[in-house]
Amino acid sequence: MNSKVIVPKDLLPSGRQKRQQFYERIIGFFLGFISLAAVAVLFGIASALVPPTIDFFQEVPFSEFFGSTNWYPLFEPPAFGVWPLVTGTLVIMAIAIVVAVPGGLAVSFYMNQYASDQVRRILKPVLEILAGVPTVVFGFFAINFVSPKIIRNIWPFGDVDFYNALSAGLVVGIMILPMMSTLAEDAMNSVPRSLVDGAYALGATRREVCTSVVFPAALSGIIAGVVISVSRAIGETTIVLLAAGASANFTFNPGEAMQTMASFIGFAGIGDQPTDSTGYRTIFAVGAFLFIITFTLNILSVRFVRRFREIYE
Amino acid sequence: MTSQTLAETLDSRSLTSSVVGTRQTKDIFFLVGLWLALLIAFGTLITLLIDTFVTARSRLNTDFLTAFPSPFPEDTGIQAAFFGSLWVVVPAGLVSLFVAVCTAVFLEEFVKQDSRFAGFVSLNIQTLAGVPSIVFGILGLAFVARGALAWGFTIRTASVVLGMMILPIMIVSSREAIRAVPSSLREGAYALGSTRWQCIRRQVLPAAIPGIATGSILGISRALGESAPLIMLGALAYVSSNPAGFSDYYTVLPLAIFKYATEAQVEFQYAAAAAIVVLLVLMLALNLLAIIIRDRSRKSW
Repeated sequence: MNSKVIVPKDLLPSGRQKRQQFYERIIGFFLGFISLAAVAVLFGIASALVPPTIDFFQEVPFSEFFGSTNWYPLFEPPAFGVWPLVTGTLVIMAIAIVVAVPGGLAVSFYMNQYASDQVRRILKPVLEILAGVPTVVFGFFAINFVSPKIIRNIWPFGDVDFYNALSAGLVVGIMILPMMSTLAEDAMNSVPRSLVDGAYALGATRREVCTSVVFPAALSGIIAGVVISVSRAIGETTIVLLAAGASANFTFNPGEAMQTMASFIGFAGIGDQPTDSTGYRTIFAVGAFLFIITFTLNILSVRFVRRFREIYE
Repeated sequence: MTSQTLAETLDSRSLTSSVVGTRQTKDIFFLVGLWLALLIAFGTLITLLIDTFVTARSRLNTDFLTAFPSPFPEDTGIQAAFFGSLWVVVPAGLVSLFVAVCTAVFLEEFVKQDSRFAGFVSLNIQTLAGVPSIVFGILGLAFVARGALAWGFTIRTASVVLGMMILPIMIVSSREAIRAVPSSLREGAYALGSTRWQCIRRQVLPAAIPGIATGSILGISRALGESAPLIMLGALAYVSSNPAGFSDYYTVLPLAIFKYATEAQVEFQYAAAAAIVVLLVLMLALNLLAIIIRDRSRKSW
């Protein structure tokens, strides 16, 4: 027998409540759909890069791309050896990191252990301003001031070209410094207070607290910061394009003009390449190379951040 | 032996003091190193500002603001670039803000924090935040300017690309703002019988607005200063009129600076510096707005 449960009428959802429930579900689906936008953009980037890159490698053999040191993809006759871009990227990245990592670490040590609250309240916004300066402004500063007025006067090892890797690298380093110091400071701030207080109680000086307690305890966060800095330095375009010139020289001499992978993409993008040319596809091939490198570095840094969160939070 | 240790230590005070001495010397060197780093960071900022203002001084007048580009450096101006920047950045910011708030609400209020979906989308956002901006230019070139949409080198192309570029910043700051809303507010709303969406719309979002506004202003100022992807999307074009619609050609302030900076004549360098001053003033105004909003709305939960 079907026994019917009788529910009092005022406990059943009213028409209005049913409409509300339906409405809520629609909103949930809508928001969920929109939140896939970030995923779609990332997949869009990947799918923009892959097909032209495959086409590129059907025209240019792997052995030439990775085996030659001549890079004239937009000239006749073209040459597609990527090594000059790789060395250019490495040299400028190395100079930038030599500035940004020790500089950023020093600033974060100062903020973390030395500065009074008052000093910190002044330094923090100034660092934020430095972090917000557009890259094109840094690029102009590099060619208008750093290169002609400083580097070309004081560099002791040989002549310095008007466009040079040195000023580009230095200015990229200054650009990254605030980000490095913010990331390092975040890591240092999550070091338990008890560790630092314990060291002071044992008679350690501020330097010893910095180097023997705060630094090792915050190490994985600091490494994450270094990795992100490397990734930012590799991906920087405008400063390098303005200050390091447009010739892909296969050299390690920082006084010469150089081209990085990123600045090549910008340079090739200025001259409107015909869509169906090897030159056009070169942009995508180098872009894919750049994307893979920065993608790997970012995943690495996420790993490191997770590790230091696991330890202290 | 052991009972003598203390006496021995006291006797060798000269030794101890020399150890203290090297420690103190190291402390001083360390501190000097820190000061040097601070000097490099802040000295560069100050030098940059002074150098730019000094280089710009001959061009800092209203003619420069109202003039259109010209092959003669002394006649050139940035009106077209200024309005181009507004046309590109404002829609980019608004669309990106909408998408970011929807994403943030969904991730913070609708799904569990440790769910697979939240983890997957969060990892995507983090990865997207680390993609070099020039790669967004490639994305724009492949799908927006050419390819699927084929919008050409127009304002809407630039706007969409910059919108995508600042999306991760916008999402992260919106999520933080929503997360900072105390759960007591939500619990109170639910206790009074409100549904999830009513609670979000009437309690959570209004409480999070200052945080979202601050974060999105920073995102917009990032878009305002960005140059790399637009280099690939035609913004270096010689544009001598203000844009009148989204399918017009365009140039923007950072690219005007870029163009001036690459010219050989020194007068163009003055123009570049003057355009930088305009750009920095705009960005400073945006940042001040963000600070004012942040201070005005400082609530103690």
